[in-house]
Amino acid sequence: MTAAPLIDLRHISKSFDGDLILDDLNLSVPENSFVTLLGPSGCGKTTTLRIIGGFEKPDRGQVIFDGQDITELPPNKRQLNTVFQKYALFPHMSITENIAFGLRIKGRSRAYIEDKIRYALKLVGLTGYENRSVNSLSGGQQQRIAIARAIVNEPRLLLLDEPLGALDLKLRQDMQYELIRMKKELGITFIYVTHDQQEALTMSDTIVVMNQGYIQQMGTPEQIYNEPENAFVADFIGDSNIIGATMVHDALVEISGVQFPCVDKGFGVNRPVDVVIRPEDVELVAPADGRLKGRVTHIIFQGVHYEMEVTAPDGFEWLVHSTKCFDLGQEVGITVDPFNIQIMNKPASEDEEAIAAE
Amino acid sequence: MNTATSVKTTRRGLLSALLRTVENFYLTIILVFLYIPIATMIVLSFNASKSRSVWGGFTLHWYAELFADAEIAAAFRNTLLIAVLSAVAATILGTAAAIGINAMKKLPRTICLGVTNIPMLNADIVTGISLMLAFIAFRISLGFQTILISHITFNVPYVILSVLPKLRQTSRSAYEAAQDLGATPRQAFFRVVMPDIRPGITSGFLLAFTMSLDDFIITHFTRGAGIDTLSTLIYSQVRRGVVPSMYALSTIIFGAVLVLLLLSNFLPRKKNAAA
Amino acid sequence: MKTTMTIPSPGRKALAFPYILWMIGFTIIPLALIFVFGLTDRNGAFTLANVAAIARPDHAKALSRALLLSLVSTVICLLLAFPLCMILRGRRLGTGSFVVFIFILPMWMNFLLRTFAWQTLLEKKGVINGILGAMHLGSIRIINTPEAMIFGMVYNFLPFMVLPIYNTLCKIDDSLIDAAHDLGADFFQTLLRVFVPLCVPGIVSGITMVFVPALTTFVISDILGGGKILLIGNVIEGEFTRSSNWNLGAGLSLVLMVFILISMAALSFFDKNGEGTAF
Repeated sequence: MTAAPLIDLRHISKSFDGDLILDDLNLSVPENSFVTLLGPSGCGKTTTLRIIGGFEKPDRGQVIFDGQDITELPPNKRQLNTVFQKYALFPHMSITENIAFGLRIKGRSRAYIEDKIRYALKLVGLTGYENRSVNSLSGGQQQRIAIARAIVNEPRLLLLDEPLGALDLKLRQDMQYELIRMKKELGITFIYVTHDQQEALTMSDTIVVMNQGYIQQMGTPEQIYNEPENAFVADFIGDSNIIGATMVHDALVEISGVQFPCVDKGFGVNRPVDVVIRPEDVELVAPADGRLKGRVTHIIFQGVHYEMEVTAPDGFEWLVHSTKCFDLGQEVGITVDPFNIQIMNKPASEDEEAIAAE
Repeated sequence: MNTATSVKTTRRGLLSALLRTVENFYLTIILVFLYIPIATMIVLSFNASKSRSVWGGFTLHWYAELFADAEIAAAFRNTLLIAVLSAVAATILGTAAAIGINAMKKLPRTICLGVTNIPMLNADIVTGISLMLAFIAFRISLGFQTILISHITFNVPYVILSVLPKLRQTSRSAYEAAQDLGATPRQAFFRVVMPDIRPGITSGFLLAFTMSLDDFIITHFTRGAGIDTLSTLIYSQVRRGVVPSMYALSTIIFGAVLVLLLLSNFLPRKKNAAA
Repeated sequence: MKTTMTIPSPGRKALAFPYILWMIGFTIIPLALIFVFGLTDRNGAFTLANVAAIARPDHAKALSRALLLSLVSTVICLLLAFPLCMILRGRRLGTGSFVVFIFILPMWMNFLLRTFAWQTLLEKKGVINGILGAMHLGSIRIINTPEAMIFGMVYNFLPFMVLPIYNTLCKIDDSLIDAAHDLGADFFQTLLRVFVPLCVPGIVSGITMVFVPALTTFVISDILGGGKILLIGNVIEGEFTRSSNWNLGAGLSLVLMVFILISMAALSFFDKNGEGTAF
C-alpha cells in the first residue's frame, strides 16, 4: 500500500450549531481497501462520510480525492457514490428507473444503460425485478437496489452509511457476506459507516474507531480487537474486562493485588495502567490453581458458551466466557495467559482520553 | 494552492449569499402582494376622507358608524350563531358518521366516502343552487333555518375527513386490550378510542366553524330575503359603492382572525407537549 | 361479519345512518333536482334546450372567458407558489412555523373583503392611481378588465395552492435529494426528476382548489369586472336571482359540472394514488 491514498482527509473540522462534531481529523484511505468508520452515535462518523460525499462542507480542512482537492466540489461532480442509511430509493420510479437514474443524467445510450442494469441486478442477486415498484420490495431487497443504483455509475469509491442498520439480524449477516463478495468482484474502495462492532470486524480490512469527533484507533480488525489502545476502544469492541492495575515493571502487572506476568514492555516502573482482558481469555480453574480466587455470582447459558460473572475478593466482577459450566456460588480460581493481557496507558482525564488517541 | 482554495471558497460563499438575497427578495414580493390589500384597508379605515386616494386625516368615525349599524350587528349575530350551531351539529353528525363508516365493509364505505366528497369537490355555486332548489321543493321557507341546514351539509365532510384518519390510526389492539382488561365495548370506546380521536374532532370542529364563517356563495343562494350574514351583507354593501365602514369591518375581522389563529396555532402546541 | 378485521359490534355502523339520511336529503336529492330542472322546461316537459343554451353566443363567451381566466390564474398561482414553497422548504421551517403561517394567513380573511380590497387598489380613483397621480406618473386603467379579475383570482386562491404544495414538499425526505445529487443530478435535474414528480399530489390538489372556484366564481367578476364582463358563474347566478329562469340556470350548471368533472378526471390521471392533502 505504498500508492497515494484515494481519499485523504486533512485537518477536517466541522461543527453544527456550535457543537464541534469533528476536530482536526486526518484520515487516509488507500485505493481498493474496505475501511470502516466505527463508533457510537454522535461520534462524527456519518459527518465524516457526508463530507467525503460532498453533502456537508467542512469548516476547515481539505478533502483530497486521488490527488485532487475536491473540498469545494458539489456531490454531483464527485466520482463516488453513496448507499444511504434508509436506502433513499425514489418512490415514484420503478427499480429500473432508479438504477438508471445516474446513467440517464450522464446521457448514456439506451443499450449501455440496459446492459448496466442487467449486470447490476445480477450482481445484487435480483435479476427479474426490473419492473417491480420500490414499495413492493422488502428492506433487504431495497438495500440491494440502492447498492445497484450506486455501482452502475462505476464509482471509484463507494460510501455506505449504516446500510444494514434497518435489517434484521439474519438478513444483516447474509448481506455482510454479500457486500464482501461485491467488493471483491467490483475491485473498488469501500468506506463503510456503522456502530455495529461485529459488522466492522467481519467485513473491513481497516477499522477506524471514532469517538467525540476524534479517531481513537485505526488498524486491522485483529489489531483493534487484540490490542486496543485505550479503554474506549476496548470497551466498544466486544465485551471486555477493563481493570485499573499497576505496572510493576516490564512484563509484570499487579491486578487486584495479585501479580500477573504479561508481555507488554515500556510502561515504566510502578505506573498505574489499565488492563484489558477479553472474557474468553479468562480461564477458570480449581481455586488452588488460580492466581486469583473468586466466586461465581451470575451464570447464563448463551449457546456457544456460558457467560459468567465471577466476583473477586476486592469486589471486581470479572466477565467470563467459558464452555465449562460452574455452579452458582462455586469458588473458582482465575488465571490469564500472559499474551492475553493487554496493557494500556491510563488517561489522566476524560479529555486526555480522547486526545491520547491522536 | 491555498489561495486558489480561498478564492473558490469566497466565490462559492458569494454565490450562496446572492441566491439567499434573491430568495428573500422573492419572499418579500409575495408578502407585499399578500398584505398590501389588507394594509390598504386598514389605513383607509382610519381615513377621514371618503376618497380612496386622498388622506383626509385620522378618524375613528367609520368604526363608530360600524358599531352603530343595527343591520351589521344583526348580520354579525347571525353569522356567529350559524357558525357555532352548524359546527356543533356537523361535529356530532360527522363524528358518529366517521365511526360508522370506519366499521363498514369496503363497498359501503367507498360509497359513503364518495358522497362525502361531493360537497367538497363540487363548485359552491352548484351546491348552493341545488340546496335552494331542494328547499323550495321540500317547502322549507328560505331563512335562518335553510342557511343552517346548508352550512351543516357542507361542514360535515370536513369533520368526517378530520376524524377518519385518527380512527384508522387508533390501534385495534388497544381497544381489544381494554376489553380484555374487563371494559365493556362502550367503556373501551369512550376510554380508549375517544381520547385518540379527540384531536381529529377538535380540528374538524374548528375547520367547520371557519368554513361557515367564511362562506358566502352557498349562503347567498339559500338565505332568502330579510336575513343577512356578514358575507352577504358585505356583498350588497360593496355592490352599492364605496363604503368606508367596510374597511373598518375588514380591519376588525383581520385583527380577530390574526389573534384567533395565533392562539390556536401556537398555544396548544405547548399544552400538547406538556400533556 | 365474522371476519377478524371488523370490530365485533354491528351497532357501530348504525351511527352513520343519520348522516346517510342527511346526505340523501341535502346532497343527493338536491343534485338530482338540478338534473330535473336542467332537463325540463317551465311546464315540466323533457327538453335539452337548457343545456344546449350554452351554445348561445353570450353563454359560450362567458364560459370560454371563465375557462381562460381560471386557467391563466391557476397557472400563475402554480408558478408563484412552487418557487415560494421550494424556498420555504429550503429554510427547514416545518409545517407549523410562523413564517409559513403568514403566507397562509390571508386565506382566513373574508373572501369578499379580500376582493373588495383589490377593487380599492385598482379603481380608476383607487389607491394605486392616487399614488401614481401624486407622483405625476399618469394612471392605469385596469379595473373592469379581465386582467383585474385575474389579479383577484390569483390573490384569493394563491394560499390554496401554497398549502398543499408546501405540505407535500415538506414530506420529501432529504436523503432522496442527497441521493439525486450523489448520482450526478444538478439542481435543475433534481428539481425536474425528483421534486416535481414527488410533488404531483400536492400540485394536483392545489390546482383543484384554485381552478374550480375560479372557474365558477361570480363574485370576483362582479366586484372587479364591474358587472360588465360576465363569467359563466354570473350567468347562472343571474338566472336564479334575477331572471328567475331556474331551468336555464340548472341546465347551464349541468354544463359547468361536466367541465368540473373533466378537469377532475384529467387531474386524477396524474395523481393516481389520490394522495393530495390540503389539510
